[in-house]
Amino acid sequence: MSDALWYLGRGTGVVSLVLLTLVVALGVATRSGRPLPGLPRFAVTAVHRSASLLAGVFLAIHVGTLLFDPYAGLNLVSLVVPFSAGAHPFWYGLGALGLDLILALVVTSVLRDRIGPRVWRGIHWAAYASWPIALAHGLGSGSDASTGWMLTITGVCVATVLAAVGWRVSERFAEVPDLAPVPVTAPPLVGTGPPEGPR
Amino acid sequence: MTTLHLDWTRCRGRGGCVELLPELIGRDEWGYPLTATDVPVPRALRGAAEQAVRDCPRMALQLSPRFAE
Repeated sequence: MSDALWYLGRGTGVVSLVLLTLVVALGVATRSGRPLPGLPRFAVTAVHRSASLLAGVFLAIHVGTLLFDPYAGLNLVSLVVPFSAGAHPFWYGLGALGLDLILALVVTSVLRDRIGPRVWRGIHWAAYASWPIALAHGLGSGSDASTGWMLTITGVCVATVLAAVGWRVSERFAEVPDLAPVPVTAPPLVGTGPPEGPR
Repeated sequence: MTTLHLDWTRCRGRGGCVELLPELIGRDEWGYPLTATDVPVPRALRGAAEQAVRDCPRMALQLSPRFAE
């Protein structure tokens, strides 16, 4: 039974990394406002959302199984309080930190209507922090991190996110560029005669 | 009748609503929706309008009887 928990915990961790990679890439694509091959714009958003919730489910199984797994030696506190685990506090701590961030992302997105777009967007920037933290947690804690197949998965995930972020910061990223802010200073008044007095 | 309200200050022309409600919303040459600020939504398009409101990345859409005439 404990073997089953251990393997399920490991496997769901791998799946979570793959799903989180997909979520980040689709999130970037959502922000671009561009359709993807085979996915119209509204579908990019919808799949981003569905994949996020699915990643949340896998993370819940990942955390839930390892909570009861004797090898991992975790308790409820060390799952959510970063760097508090008895064994491997740093690498498990990164996992707890990533979990907290992703939890915040999911909760604020589900309650987006209540908290408004400004707060939601501000917190949503944490996505860019949560992914590398989750990746580092997998590299440090993952029992399979050094195997060929896991290195391949990790490499593909890293390449995907690097490509997405590279696209994000590129010049022609957004299909509809945000409007440039209106300059606050008025152009200098030259040769227009004396200013008008108060009316 | 249910009315779809568009908050122009939030809209940045991401285009999802245009795809979900082509019967109600066009797309102008800058990518922004081409529509009135308050659009009556026929019953048949109610589901698509609800998805457009839910999925608008800018939260620029609101479905409400409040804006009905």
